[in-house]
Amino acid sequence: MSSETILSITDLIKHFPVKKSRDRKKSVVKAVDGISFDLRAGETLGLVGESGCGKTTAGRTILKLTEPTSGKIVFEGQDITKFKHHKMTSIRAQMQIIFQDPYSALNPRQTIGKIISAPFEIQKVEPAGGVKNAVQTLMERVGLNPEHYNRYPHEFSGGQRQRIGIARAVALKPRFIVADEPVSALDVSIQAQVINLLDDLQREDGISILFIAHDLSVVQHISDRVAVMYLGKVMEIGPTADLYQQSHHPYTKALLSAVPQPDPRSEKSRERIILSGDLPSPINPPSGCVFNTRCWKVQDKCRTEVPQLVQLGATQVACHFPE
Amino acid sequence: MTELLRISDLHVAFPTDDGLVRAVDGVSLSVSQGETVAIVGESGSGKTVTSLSVMGLHKKGSAQMSGSISIAHDGGFLDVISAGEEEIRSMRGRSVAMIFQDPMSALHPYYKIGDQLAEAYLVHNPGKKKEAISRAIEMLDLVGISEPAQRAKEFPHQFSGGMRQRVMIAMALMNSPKMLIADEPTTALDVTVQAQILTLLASLQKEFNMGILLITHDLGVVAQVSEKVNVMYAGRIVEQGGVDDIFYNPMHPYNLGLLKSVPRISATGSERLKAIPGQPPSLISLPAGCAFAPRCEYIKFTDGNACATLMPELAGTSASHTSRCHIDESKRQASFAQAMKEVR
Repeated sequence: MSSETILSITDLIKHFPVKKSRDRKKSVVKAVDGISFDLRAGETLGLVGESGCGKTTAGRTILKLTEPTSGKIVFEGQDITKFKHHKMTSIRAQMQIIFQDPYSALNPRQTIGKIISAPFEIQKVEPAGGVKNAVQTLMERVGLNPEHYNRYPHEFSGGQRQRIGIARAVALKPRFIVADEPVSALDVSIQAQVINLLDDLQREDGISILFIAHDLSVVQHISDRVAVMYLGKVMEIGPTADLYQQSHHPYTKALLSAVPQPDPRSEKSRERIILSGDLPSPINPPSGCVFNTRCWKVQDKCRTEVPQLVQLGATQVACHFPE
Repeated sequence: MTELLRISDLHVAFPTDDGLVRAVDGVSLSVSQGETVAIVGESGSGKTVTSLSVMGLHKKGSAQMSGSISIAHDGGFLDVISAGEEEIRSMRGRSVAMIFQDPMSALHPYYKIGDQLAEAYLVHNPGKKKEAISRAIEMLDLVGISEPAQRAKEFPHQFSGGMRQRVMIAMALMNSPKMLIADEPTTALDVTVQAQILTLLASLQKEFNMGILLITHDLGVVAQVSEKVNVMYAGRIVEQGGVDDIFYNPMHPYNLGLLKSVPRISATGSERLKAIPGQPPSLISLPAGCAFAPRCEYIKFTDGNACATLMPELAGTSASHTSRCHIDESKRQASFAQAMKEVR
């Protein structure tokens, strides 16, 4: 990992307008509501949070698969926030995505060879030794049998399909990949295989990864740094080891304590923070700190004043009363 | 402890155009009052088919079943496999109730929550509409839904995922069953909500002394709530034991492999995960011997021929902890103990 910053996100906002209905005035879903972070070359940043916290939207907006409402995205020194479609196409060779569901991410009517060679075709790249050769090398690299070049997606298992998606994403040797829940659809024994594969590819190619996941155990294994999101905002961000050992935000603490571990003796003695209630609606998030409706440390100040991310120990935390 | 469910040598197979799918192959287990028994396994291991068999939910003619499933029902025992539809219907919901994985699709979107709950009661107590509604409100209150009388008049879309799962639990409790089957009850939920639901299930179990059969793929959930564990692979139970046995003294290479490959939140940080190579076999063409043999790294410690040709029986040093493996006990102890040291 070098100290070179490859991606820099500043105050990124993505609001989706909600259609007018009889009893609701025009309103917006605040999916991503002002997040900022940097990603260094070869680094993995884990983005964790519960469903609806905006982590997937954040990933898609950074890749400009949806247009940001405001904020700034700087990729390799270029401000790409305002880039239009044709200008993005040339940059897309450098930024790729791996999707969550390996069943719907592959065209069922195309052969594996065709699917993995799509990036070469779209970017009009002629690899040395020909496309077929390059694709077969890629297949071998991700642990697929190159002889299966002419097979169709339905002939592969979930884990193998995810390998196909990974081969496609790394085909052009990108500098940055958004991996959106890449292992959550897989069984544990297969999940470990795919995590290890991602790990190897990253080390060999020096790729930076934004690893989006809800599973905190998986995120700890793969990330150098972790950002915890809640209702469109980053609650805490910092180096993985520090965040997992000495988290300062009550939400991070609650999340960590809620994950059941495969260790019955410690599970029985463990103190769990059980949050009450559910995630509030991102259309009408609570005022002040968005976590105040579920926080056990809530004070009046939390309901009125939005906490900013401040450095505390090794992590940055957005809380008025950090632990 | 009173036994509530005993499954003996259950086989379930589904004829398809491609061949016979052997989904469950010789499963035996029992659940008693007040205890939680887990079935853990990966997709396609047969855990859900087992639970659907207990409820008699396979479509007529679609499944070939043999063995026996006896359920404590009305003071006696009912064998689900030989019983008629009428008897099964009187058992369902009253003696054993089931909670499904997906609370979004398990509730009818057009009917009010209270009416859906009441229906579960009316099936067994026809005509008692008033009683059913008041019981529905009582159950909603019990599972922690505030203003239950008001919420009973609302529709499923007005409830969040966690709330809907609470409704499903309330529905399962409508007829005070002695036993619950919970099929992946928290898989569709976020971790903080999962923690709420698991806590709720545990407190209800204590209050009513229910037996719970928990189906899950999540080893963390198993560790948190169960006393006995059955590890399934390719339609068979490959290891059966108390929760501590399963997690600290694994006997089957597959169970050991699972424990090694599951990522844990650890103080030491991220070591490389130890994946199980390969993938589960097709249930249409199962290997003649041990189904795990093609992926097993301990095959070197056995007469490999036996693994390929002979299905091992469930056996062990004690009756309470058994596994299906040909490996020699002395070789297993040494090498598994070594492997378990690397686990944490």
